[in-house]
Amino acid sequence: MPILTPAMQSAVGTSGEEQTHFVERGAIQRFAEAIGEANPAYPDVAPPTFLRSLGRAIPPLPDSDAVPRVLDGGSGWTYGPPVTPGDAITIQTTLESLKEREGKLGAMLIADYTTTYVNQREEMVATQTNTVIRMAASA
Amino acid sequence: MSEQPTFDAIAVGFELPALVKHPTTRQLVQYAGASGDFYEIHYDQDFARAQSLPGVIIHGALKSAWVAQVVTDWMGLAGSLQAFSVRYRDTDVPGDTLTCTATVVGKDDALGIVHCEIALTNGAGDVTTTGDATVQLPRS
Repeated sequence: MPILTPAMQSAVGTSGEEQTHFVERGAIQRFAEAIGEANPAYPDVAPPTFLRSLGRAIPPLPDSDAVPRVLDGGSGWTYGPPVTPGDAITIQTTLESLKEREGKLGAMLIADYTTTYVNQREEMVATQTNTVIRMAASA
Repeated sequence: MSEQPTFDAIAVGFELPALVKHPTTRQLVQYAGASGDFYEIHYDQDFARAQSLPGVIIHGALKSAWVAQVVTDWMGLAGSLQAFSVRYRDTDVPGDTLTCTATVVGKDDALGIVHCEIALTNGAGDVTTTGDATVQLPRS
């Protein structure tokens, strides 16, 4: 049975509601500690994947109740100017594509998202592509 | 932290200092809190097993933070990570020993940029995460 429905397909190209979050020094410190990082550059600047913790503005996926198991497939980042405490980062996430594939765990829905991170000076500090794998509930 | 690497001194084939990680369930909870990713497969054993997983698994994003760390710890304050990507080929679990590595596979003389392949290998020797990184280094 196909898991990629027409309603899901209609969400391709949509974006979640834009969000703006402030970068707090303490949040960078806690993030660096959580990843086991003692680099002296932190928390004066944010580690490369810190932006992930600010959240993403993922658009709603119709029929997602049918594919409740979720795995992260991978990410790609490109970076602009550094992210530093006090920055206000505006985040927007777009669903770029949906594909269905048969994997070792059964039918998988492969969702590709792009998230943009723009600071208060209108500089693009990062772009993240992220692949999310969704599957039907376990038998 | 070691001394600042320079573009001219780094050759293709150079292996960056590896990082060895010993993840614990405590660290997964710590990362869940710091990152805001509270998906239960990372701290609730029963929930994870009901998802056909062996137990709680390590956040992919935490693995990506570790392989990025290999590069950022090495590149020094004058280096700049311009891009990196990771693909999760398999899941990883707490209690294992994970080794994060990076190797220089290319240099762009015009831009002063080195390209690295990055990987995370589990205790059984399986490469569970692969990727690449692009780093700008000072010339000298």
